[in-house]
Amino acid sequence: MKFTIDWLKNHIDTKFNNNQIIDKLTNIGLEVESFESSTSELDTFIVAKIINAKTHPNADRLKLCDVDIGGDKTIEVVCGAPNAKNGLLTVYAPPGSIIPKNQMKLSVSKIRGVTSYGMLCSESELLLSNESDGIIDLKNNKYENKIGEKYFKNTSEKVIDLSITPNRPDCLGVRGIARDLSAAGAGKLKINKKSNLKYRGNQNINVTIKKEKVQGCTTFGSCLIKGVTNTESPKWLKDKIMSLGQKPISAIVDITNYVMFDLNRPLHAYDADKIDNEIIVRSSSKGESFEALDNKKYILENDMCVISDRSGVLGLGGIIGGTRSGTEYSTKNILLESAYFLPRSIRKTSKHLNIDTDAKFRFERGIDPLSIEEGLIKASELIKQICGGEISNLDVKKIENYKKTIINFDPFLFEKTTGFNVENKELIKILEKLGFNVSKNKKILKLVVPSWRPDITQSIDIVEEIVRIKGYEHINTSEPVKTRLKPTLNYYQKLFHFLQRSVASKGYLETVTWSFTDSKINQLFKENDEEIPIVNPISSDLNVLRNSIFPNLIFYLKKNLDRGFKDISFFEIGPAFKGKNPGDQLTVIGAVKAGKVSRLSWNDKERIVDTFDVKKDVIQSLYEAGINKDDIIIDDRTPSYYHPGKSGAVYQNKKEKNAVAYFGEIHPNIKKKLDIKTEGLVIFEICLDYIEELKQKIKDSKSEYKYSDYQKSERDFAFIINNNFKSQELVNIIMSVDNKLIKSVRVFDVFEGENIPEGKKSIAVNVTIQSEEKTLNENDLDNINKLIISSVESKSGAKIRS
Amino acid sequence: MSDIKKIKDDYIDKLNTENNIDKVNNIKSELFGKNGIISNEFKKLGSISVEERKELASDLNNIKNELQNKITTKIQEIETKEINLKLEKEKIDVTLPERDIEIGKIHPVSQVIDEISSIFSEIGFSVEEGPDVENEYNNFTALNTPDNHPARDMHDTFYLDNNKELLLRTHTSPVQVRTMLKGKPPFKIIAPGRTYRSDSDQTHAPMFHQVEGLHIDKNINMGHLKGCLNYFIKEFFEVDKIKMRFRPSHFPFTEPSAEVDIGYEIKNGKIVIGEGNKWLEILGCGMVHPNVLKNVNINPSKYQGYAFGIGIDRLGMLKYGINDLRAFFETDYRWLSHFGFDPLDVPSNYRGLSR
Repeated sequence: MKFTIDWLKNHIDTKFNNNQIIDKLTNIGLEVESFESSTSELDTFIVAKIINAKTHPNADRLKLCDVDIGGDKTIEVVCGAPNAKNGLLTVYAPPGSIIPKNQMKLSVSKIRGVTSYGMLCSESELLLSNESDGIIDLKNNKYENKIGEKYFKNTSEKVIDLSITPNRPDCLGVRGIARDLSAAGAGKLKINKKSNLKYRGNQNINVTIKKEKVQGCTTFGSCLIKGVTNTESPKWLKDKIMSLGQKPISAIVDITNYVMFDLNRPLHAYDADKIDNEIIVRSSSKGESFEALDNKKYILENDMCVISDRSGVLGLGGIIGGTRSGTEYSTKNILLESAYFLPRSIRKTSKHLNIDTDAKFRFERGIDPLSIEEGLIKASELIKQICGGEISNLDVKKIENYKKTIINFDPFLFEKTTGFNVENKELIKILEKLGFNVSKNKKILKLVVPSWRPDITQSIDIVEEIVRIKGYEHINTSEPVKTRLKPTLNYYQKLFHFLQRSVASKGYLETVTWSFTDSKINQLFKENDEEIPIVNPISSDLNVLRNSIFPNLIFYLKKNLDRGFKDISFFEIGPAFKGKNPGDQLTVIGAVKAGKVSRLSWNDKERIVDTFDVKKDVIQSLYEAGINKDDIIIDDRTPSYYHPGKSGAVYQNKKEKNAVAYFGEIHPNIKKKLDIKTEGLVIFEICLDYIEELKQKIKDSKSEYKYSDYQKSERDFAFIINNNFKSQELVNIIMSVDNKLIKSVRVFDVFEGENIPEGKKSIAVNVTIQSEEKTLNENDLDNINKLIISSVESKSGAKIRS
Repeated sequence: MSDIKKIKDDYIDKLNTENNIDKVNNIKSELFGKNGIISNEFKKLGSISVEERKELASDLNNIKNELQNKITTKIQEIETKEINLKLEKEKIDVTLPERDIEIGKIHPVSQVIDEISSIFSEIGFSVEEGPDVENEYNNFTALNTPDNHPARDMHDTFYLDNNKELLLRTHTSPVQVRTMLKGKPPFKIIAPGRTYRSDSDQTHAPMFHQVEGLHIDKNINMGHLKGCLNYFIKEFFEVDKIKMRFRPSHFPFTEPSAEVDIGYEIKNGKIVIGEGNKWLEILGCGMVHPNVLKNVNINPSKYQGYAFGIGIDRLGMLKYGINDLRAFFETDYRWLSHFGFDPLDVPSNYRGLSR
């Protein structure tokens, strides 16, 4: 909402200076976005001095001038004026300027082969006089030290731009703003002058508001103004319209706009002679159309509120008028409309047709239903004053009467809500100045809400009015109380933080990417999940919710590889979407690791990243997050985007449940499809939701501390075994031989090839044996060894390697 | 006796100049071996008179001790020399690079969320969460923003169906609704998380982060709101004094509503928070609207309280001097390395919010 201080002072007597007004506005909730002069087309013309004028090399009558335009800048301008000479002070127009005389926009151009940057102006070109024989000659003494400054003073008043919240339609008019200021002690609201307008005759165009199932109009007021002379607006009116940042059109249109911005009362003027017989306010039928004042043709749906005559639709009520009945300079007779349209109806129609106008903006938020006559009178007066004419009696058709809103307000609610007290007397004064009618019934205040405040419906609205006018600075600052109702984080929130920092500590950079992604990439990772399209995506390559963390990670990995980075590890922790309903999402860590380990190392052999790098990271992170080592089971079934032979799944306790993690090489097809150029690419993911909550807190779960001081023995075994036999099973078989005596089993060699039969491999393990009761003798150890070999051989079909 | 003294002196001289460990050991056995000179002298003691023996034995012992000490020191001396010589040869160039350090980092958004959680934890708030996909009711209607309310225009919403029933939450406020529906007052929670709006330019990203705050109890008023936010802002920016301004505003789900500005100034091209005469809007807040409380089955005449919503990314930008919001989400290795935080930097009260 834009307006000038001058305009504001039409409505308020104030001793406040500009800055005080600005501060007050912000303090009462009318946020000032800016306070500055509106720009003018004349701003670009500046005072300049010709330093050197020489003859154009290709044209005797033209001159080539070096022109000082201030700020140590000199530019070259081609000029045809005979009076262009060294030392002349004149007016310079840079490229982009619009020359007032012919409305031409200047551009950099070549004149007879020499580039000219802008132009030196004559008085005639600037519409200062008819003098066109030479460029302007400015008097030296006055302009010598103004080189580079604007030639035309910007006389336009500074404009205040307010950001009005959607609950305050009343402040979409200057009077409403003045009222708020006055309530806040900035001055006295001026009383509107009583109109002494003389009416002649009746408004003889019949108006009907049709009874409809859905009727968007409740009141339609109008008057006829006959015999007007539509003209250009007078300067004061033009200035007002321009201060709003709008273009003056004609007196009649400018007056309706002025009243709208002054009183927040939208009006519409029809050329009465173009109306076919009568006005019918009705609901549209699907397929009806009209050409609107924005020169677009709109095709309507059912139940849009239209103003029509016998020939059809004239305009959309409260939104936009039509060209068929628009006023022109030649218009002689006017029908002036001042109506009330329901916000819901306005919003629905304008959203559907995608129209945004000042009137729509206001009706949608709620216009004062009792301002119909006031608007007609104010506009009629101005029209009569500027365009002449005779005004008919006002005609107001209604299908519904305005009902007053009454609130019984207990002033205690104010203190209860804000924490401070305002005396009843002051409280009443504020409300009255805002337009409330206040009467007292014991402790309760009976308040009649002003008709221009549709936002006020209940007691809490009254609290807000008082506290905002009184000032938020009166609210005390109470020190926070440290009482705690429950622990800050629950198990899964803690898990989130542990895992996030645990993974980062393994050398991965955390990233945050969009929750949406490109369906084409998502498809490679979505497995059996349903695709979740966004109806209105920000762009076609962010058109679905991500089913997995990887589409974005891989996309950005590629970008970084393309930037020339080779060894990259990063991860994201966030949602992966499994369905389109609220809650169909999992919290997942996805991590990628690309390139080599020990690249260009002077002492270590470099190698490509591999599955066991990410296996270590994922398992260690799970340990660190508190998952029991013994509960972890590894399997080799993984999603299709993993390399089928080089990837694994991690289960907690049971394989029947969902895997808590996957790790491994990415499927080579994906690398190829997405054209990812790297030596190696391994990934892992952890699904936090599938991790079982620990049954006990650490304080309850630490077992008794036991250790054995008896001597421990280590024995190495090598078995020849089918090469698809999993080492994890071999370890389990050995452990189960005697899980009291066997403390650990470590695989230290796996070998296929020479001396090993086809289809077999050799696995070598180191077994640590220790008793908690005695030192084992050779005999005991022999027995264990035999048991280990026989168990492994019988359960796995392996043979001990001799 | 004088013979022995002579022998001793000779050997001491010998040992003094000897530098070979083997030769020292030879001397040792020459003197103390089975038939060593000193050993033999001791053997002789048995054959002399008691008076003589006493004196001689004492002298002999002294000589023995002196020689043995000399030998021990000599051996140590030579060994030390040899070790030093060996170590000298083993010297490596320690300025050669160490094995690769793999440095992981925590994203600024995560770090700021942890900072915020740590601060609010201190004054008794717990953390709640809600889903990214919301229904229209929780995101708007329950929050006193019915269909056809102009306030909905301010939220450019991503929809997942044509009926506009399912959407990506435009703010974290629906977590208020979920929290209050599933529990009983009092409530004292914050809810950080991802939020979405369908606009995208230099200062807007289609996804960003907010933290919601909600405190509902029997007597919570605007003074508590002011106190809570004042505490938070001071702690977050780690300054002793903060210039803060509460300004009336409007949100459908709070009343009275306020926007909060903090004072700042530009010093050497950098933003300095806390002082200065410029204002920067950083959050929206207010007293929870009675309509919202009714929607979640709470009696507004018994319970009341405040709510606030803060832009997390923006706070991070201000605190850590990050200029471009879009860069938060572009996964540029250089940016993540530059602005990321060490994973051991866990914001906490006793160790400090940040290093």
